[in-house]
Amino acid sequence: MTANSPSEKRLEELREQAWKEGVVAGKGVDVAGGPIPRKPGYYGQPVVKQPVWTWEVPLYFFFGGMAGMSAVIASGAVIFHHLNLARTAMWVASIAGAILSPILLIMDLGRPHLFLNMLRVFKHRSAMSMGAWILSAFGACAVPGLIALELHANQIFPGTLDQLLRVAAGIFICGAAIFGTLLATYTGVLIGATAIPAWFLHRTLLPIHFGTAGLGSAGALLELFGHRITALNFLGFYAAAVETVLLIWLSIDKHGDADRAIHEHGSGWLIRIGEVLTGPIPLVLRFFGAIPLAAISFLLGALVSRFGWIAVGKISARDPESVFASQK
Amino acid sequence: MIGEGTHSTNQRRHTYVPDHVEVGFFTDPTVCIGCKACEVACKEWNQVPDDGFIWSGNSYDNTGHLGASTWRHVMFLEQDRAKGNQIAGPMSQDEDPFRWVFLSDVCKHCEEAGCLEACPTGSIVRTEVGSVLVQNDVCNGCGYCVVSCPFGVIDRRPQPLPDAGGAFKCTFCYDRQKSGLVPACAKVCPTESIVFGRLDDLRARATERVQQLQQSGYNDAQLYDPTETSVRGIHAFFLILGEPEAYGLPPKPQIPTIYLKSAWTSAFATAIASIIATLLAFAFFS
Repeated sequence: MTANSPSEKRLEELREQAWKEGVVAGKGVDVAGGPIPRKPGYYGQPVVKQPVWTWEVPLYFFFGGMAGMSAVIASGAVIFHHLNLARTAMWVASIAGAILSPILLIMDLGRPHLFLNMLRVFKHRSAMSMGAWILSAFGACAVPGLIALELHANQIFPGTLDQLLRVAAGIFICGAAIFGTLLATYTGVLIGATAIPAWFLHRTLLPIHFGTAGLGSAGALLELFGHRITALNFLGFYAAAVETVLLIWLSIDKHGDADRAIHEHGSGWLIRIGEVLTGPIPLVLRFFGAIPLAAISFLLGALVSRFGWIAVGKISARDPESVFASQK
Repeated sequence: MIGEGTHSTNQRRHTYVPDHVEVGFFTDPTVCIGCKACEVACKEWNQVPDDGFIWSGNSYDNTGHLGASTWRHVMFLEQDRAKGNQIAGPMSQDEDPFRWVFLSDVCKHCEEAGCLEACPTGSIVRTEVGSVLVQNDVCNGCGYCVVSCPFGVIDRRPQPLPDAGGAFKCTFCYDRQKSGLVPACAKVCPTESIVFGRLDDLRARATERVQQLQQSGYNDAQLYDPTETSVRGIHAFFLILGEPEAYGLPPKPQIPTIYLKSAWTSAFATAIASIIATLLAFAFFS
């Protein structure tokens, strides 16, 4: 048997085919994982672990952002004497921020009954710890703020007590507004300061996106509740314009293999659909005065892009090459 | 007799915990025989549940990767390179070079640990011996450590395994160490591929071993201990042949807290911009 005999050539062909394609078109012969590994890294195993978070977390990002920025709108409304708008905004802030958000966060825990351990320590170097404290502080301002505002608006108590309530409502609502801006933006820090390439490479963009999406969704929801005032329309324009800029930024700011999960996968499309629904579409719709449609589009987009960012993190974490590329 | 050598520290009782001495693991693949005794010992001593029996097809490795229920993992690398100046086969010089490398992977117990910084409950702590420990009864399973580990070590244990929902990783056998015992994996390692001991001693031994191997023709032998990155070194370090990527080890691991400054700056800027935009909106359009 010489080195050039037909049978040897056939083996060479198989070797070539196996080398190039990873699979030999024979009777179920599969050389993947064969003698010499051809997958990146160690048999293609992920280098970093993918997030264990499920649907509760992106939904929390959505409601938390909306609640936080709703309190900001409420503070503006209180200062400029839009009492009814302030009341609706504080209801949104309290229900989304003090009821839905904690429920979603607790549901996502591996051991929900130990949720109070979140308040065992205060760690400024942990975005998760800061988030737990921000959410608690927000709830502690938003709910009393709403109660005081409603008591004042319905003139439950007479005279001096009512004046006291008015002042208390103002203070609590301003507190809720300050913690609200942090509640809406810290989620970007939360996923931006991790070991996952598609997230940490966009850590500057993420808080801007989450915060602005929160502001836009709060305004959009209040418009859908019937508060069709120019100030909210202006905020709608502002949020949509910022999101349009972020859409362009994200498509320019590419990091090759390191963040390819954003640019090459279905999850990347989720982010882009979300950005288009929050950016250009509501911008155009508002320009033509179709405010309810613009509001619905923005709310949908803000929700979709939150799911998109979590999905991108999972894909990016599973991809060893993107981790290696991010450390080049 | 195993463990009776002059350098051996694997079978001796010690007082590192009361004496607050930093300890570590030095894992050397050139003497590993791939027996997986470390995996078995770890599971048995720590009563770690089995997480499925999956036939991977990746050499002799059916463990896959470190995780909530896998705290030691023996890797089996098959590479088309010669191991030192070994002769690959008896046939001829044309023989394709080939080497089989075994390396027992474990939690790195970073000098600056991403999981420890990220933990919002204070469940993850630094022990007297410098290791990173998860206090299982405190952990509420938020999952933030999972995405904060640059080595992909720690994970949340899924249902329906015992103690599901919490985050788990190597404990450096803290319970054993408190009693003066050596970690289970090092105790059982028949070739002392896993060496347990004082961190300073181990670092010196590792450097010496790398030099020794390079002199013997292992040109690609190097120490994997990322002291130059923000992780600032690891307490369980490895001698590796070739590039770290082939072992699924990140070449330049970073602790995610270095990203906090730029992310928070962006968050505060957005917060202020949102307040200004809202006030302007009401001021001009009321």
